[in-house]
Amino acid sequence: MPSNNWEAVIGLEIHAQLLTESKMFSVDSASFGGADNEYTSPVSLGMPGALPTINRRGVEFGIRMGLALNCNIRTRSVFSRKNYFYPDLPKGYQISQFDEPICEKGYVDIYLDGKPKRIGVTRAHLEEDAGKSTHHGDYSLINLNRAGVPLLEIVSEPDIKTPQEAAEYARTVRNILRYLGVCDGNLEEGSMRCDCNVSVRKTGEKKFGTKVELKNINSFRFVEKAIDYEINRQISCLESGERILQETRLYDSTKNRTYSMRSKEEAHDYRYFPDPDLLPLVFEQKWVDEIRATLPELPLEKAKRFQTQYGLPEYDALVLTQERAVAEYFENVAKLSGNAKASSNWIMVELMRELKESEKSIEEQKIRGEDLAELIQLIDKGTISGKIAKTVFAEMWAQGGRPADIVKTKGLVQVTDRAAIEKWVDEVMSASANQVNEYRSGKDKLFGFFVGQIMKVSRGQANPDLVNQVLKEKLKK
Amino acid sequence: MSKNITELDLSTLVEKIGKKEISAEKVTAEFKSQIEKLNTRINAFITVSDDCLSQAKEIDRRLANGEKVGRLAGAPIAIKDMFCTKGLRTTAASKMLRNFVPTYSATVVERLRAEGAIVMGKTNQDEFAMGSSNETSHFGACRNPWNFDYVPGGSSGGSAAAVSARMSCAAVGTDTGGSIRQPANFCHLVGVKPTYGRVSRYGIVAFASSLDQAGPMTRTVRDAALILEVISGHDEKDTTSATKDVPKWSENLSAQLRGMKIGMPVEYFNHGIADDVRATVMRAADILKAQGAELVELSLPLTKFAVPIYYLIATCEASSNLARYDGVRYGHRADFSKQAAADLEEFYSRNRGEGFGSEVKRRIVLGTYALSSGYYDAYYKKACQVRRLLRQDFIEAFKKCDVILSPASPTPAFKIGERIDNPLEMYLNDIYTTSANLAGIPGMSVPAGFSHNKLPIGVQFLAAHFEEQKMLNAAFAIEQNLKLTAEVPYAIQ
Repeated sequence: MPSNNWEAVIGLEIHAQLLTESKMFSVDSASFGGADNEYTSPVSLGMPGALPTINRRGVEFGIRMGLALNCNIRTRSVFSRKNYFYPDLPKGYQISQFDEPICEKGYVDIYLDGKPKRIGVTRAHLEEDAGKSTHHGDYSLINLNRAGVPLLEIVSEPDIKTPQEAAEYARTVRNILRYLGVCDGNLEEGSMRCDCNVSVRKTGEKKFGTKVELKNINSFRFVEKAIDYEINRQISCLESGERILQETRLYDSTKNRTYSMRSKEEAHDYRYFPDPDLLPLVFEQKWVDEIRATLPELPLEKAKRFQTQYGLPEYDALVLTQERAVAEYFENVAKLSGNAKASSNWIMVELMRELKESEKSIEEQKIRGEDLAELIQLIDKGTISGKIAKTVFAEMWAQGGRPADIVKTKGLVQVTDRAAIEKWVDEVMSASANQVNEYRSGKDKLFGFFVGQIMKVSRGQANPDLVNQVLKEKLKK
Repeated sequence: MSKNITELDLSTLVEKIGKKEISAEKVTAEFKSQIEKLNTRINAFITVSDDCLSQAKEIDRRLANGEKVGRLAGAPIAIKDMFCTKGLRTTAASKMLRNFVPTYSATVVERLRAEGAIVMGKTNQDEFAMGSSNETSHFGACRNPWNFDYVPGGSSGGSAAAVSARMSCAAVGTDTGGSIRQPANFCHLVGVKPTYGRVSRYGIVAFASSLDQAGPMTRTVRDAALILEVISGHDEKDTTSATKDVPKWSENLSAQLRGMKIGMPVEYFNHGIADDVRATVMRAADILKAQGAELVELSLPLTKFAVPIYYLIATCEASSNLARYDGVRYGHRADFSKQAAADLEEFYSRNRGEGFGSEVKRRIVLGTYALSSGYYDAYYKKACQVRRLLRQDFIEAFKKCDVILSPASPTPAFKIGERIDNPLEMYLNDIYTTSANLAGIPGMSVPAGFSHNKLPIGVQFLAAHFEEQKMLNAAFAIEQNLKLTAEVPYAIQ
């Protein structure tokens, strides 16, 4: 933030597409893709006389997420119609929830630079997605495959103060969604969308400034950049005596700026009223309790447990628990290898680097948890050196397979036989007589050179500790 | 013989067809020729099925093979143009949908077909069922078979005229504020609006979702009961449809009313009621008394609010229900070839401006206004609160009586053109019927006499939620005593 006289007030509205098989109010497939308008029916096309029915699974997913967000779950909620005209909104209204949403009053804990912060969740409600319009010069096309796909809209309190907090909050919510398996949380593909409400005010001011809604943000990095840009824009406006307009602005990531989308339609009156086609959504608390009992351990709980159970540093624990699959992989490796810290290091450094470079998920790569555990055990037992292990790891990444087999077929077993090592040391010393003399006359730095040469002639198999020991003895003479 | 076929009621026709005394094809052909003879003058049908004879032949074939046929096998039935019919144009009497052919059928239509009913065609109505005279139809007014100068009532005017003029032996209509009962009343028919939730609304063009119910329009109480049995029952496609069992109303009809209490609300006999109508209702009360019923005076003080809250709730829901008619996916689209739309708003306003008639526009505007921010609490929300009180009033009233007797409308049929320019007077015509929709209770009208100028007059019965049998029995007693079912409309004799 440019000036310390100002503070930002930020709230996020996250739309999460729920991973149900069918749409929220009809039996059409909610799958991604499909031929244009393939996943439609009279209901999702808004045909005359078609009526909505509620998808039980969608409600269950909403409750799951609501519980994970520490919300109160209302056992009676109401679907309302949000009325507005748009060509990809087939009924001329969106079925949503208004004054009686299914989830209310929750919170999310985030960690930023190791410090925890609690962000309030005002509400989370169920609604249906609209279709997709594409514009081609003087005509437009509409694809309604997405129309009716269930969405959970998660609305935060305006508790967020910085762009970094906003991005971290969004990441945390995404991680929870993915843990629960209710949304794949893909901002690029739009299965999760993040609208940011931003306003600024003088530090210490109680009243909120005029808020601006930012849309079209398709990565967590852009959440941060868009809000950062917007805060600066608003402060410059106010400092030059202008007023902030309440409006929706789109973020352009190529230019890293926001621009006004519409102002005329801002006076939208959605004329919400309870949908007379759907009775209030009423279920028993028992169902909520049953769902609660099936909730998995959530990222932060897991991170805390990893710290106590495996003695991991907080940073490692937070990184390893962002993705449920990674956390489970780690736990498997740690248990099988008996060495949690080494497991954490191998996963966080080697495996995650490869995953990032290849843009693969942990499920898509070839190294099985038990294989990585075996590799760690081979190091711990002294069968291979750490250096050899990296070669073995590279082989495992490329081809898969058990590290013991790779070590065997490639002849990579560490040599700890003193006689064999003495032979390599002698070989190197006689081939480098000059350097030996220089070392003996005080050039200590050459020690590393000898080690390197020995490892080279031993093709990396010599046990480094023994090499050091033998080399030192022989060089003294 | 053939001249008499169209004079037979549905139950008799189904029985004779079942016994192979007459063929279904012959029956359908007779009604079809009546349509050909009279429809150009009466304008009861917007679309006539071109496959009605083949539907009938299929019934005959199955009968000949000894296959099971349904409870309505071979009965020619007219369908109000609010019901979607797969492959058969469904217009809601609107220019907006004048070429709309659904890809699916309403649950009511599917259930009728499953029991062997013959779909004769789609009947005229007020546009989107908004009207009480059938005059707002894009396809022109429909005439009352009892006197062509008069309206058949509305909105299900075409359905009433079709049955009354023997173009079908029964019809199904929809009733949002009296649209079955009032035209039945104007055309000397039995018309039933069942309890809200009895009949699935799936596939019925929505007018006001919390008020709309489908029901039968027939010449006899038994026929109405039989059709109601067929179309009632839970439908998983309509979550507002009730899971209650469907009684065998037609088998349990009884004109013996001993022990039945008939309520007569004082507010229903106050003012604006035609002398002929009052006299008809009083005569009906005497008959019920003679059949063993006890008359009970009661008060429904919220009655005066029924029409205003009805016109708020119905228009609010309609303004949203009709938003889907935007000319994007189906329905009327303006000709943009000469002048392109400047923006989306113009695209919508030209499509909708041309596609909807003035009464529909009036109601969309009213509903949009009443739902808009700043007015919602004063209008829609308040109307919903009064609606709950009104419903409670009826629940209390039905602790004191079994059935309520009232006029069906304040006057008999009025002349075409007489009220169309005065919407308020037209709306007040619904004064006795809207309460049942608001309270969700069943109501029906049954023929009970004629006016001094030979126009039909019926009476209305209302009952508690899901107590259709009681009102059907009261109506049955009137029918059995007055013996008016064989009366044929003068204008078609």
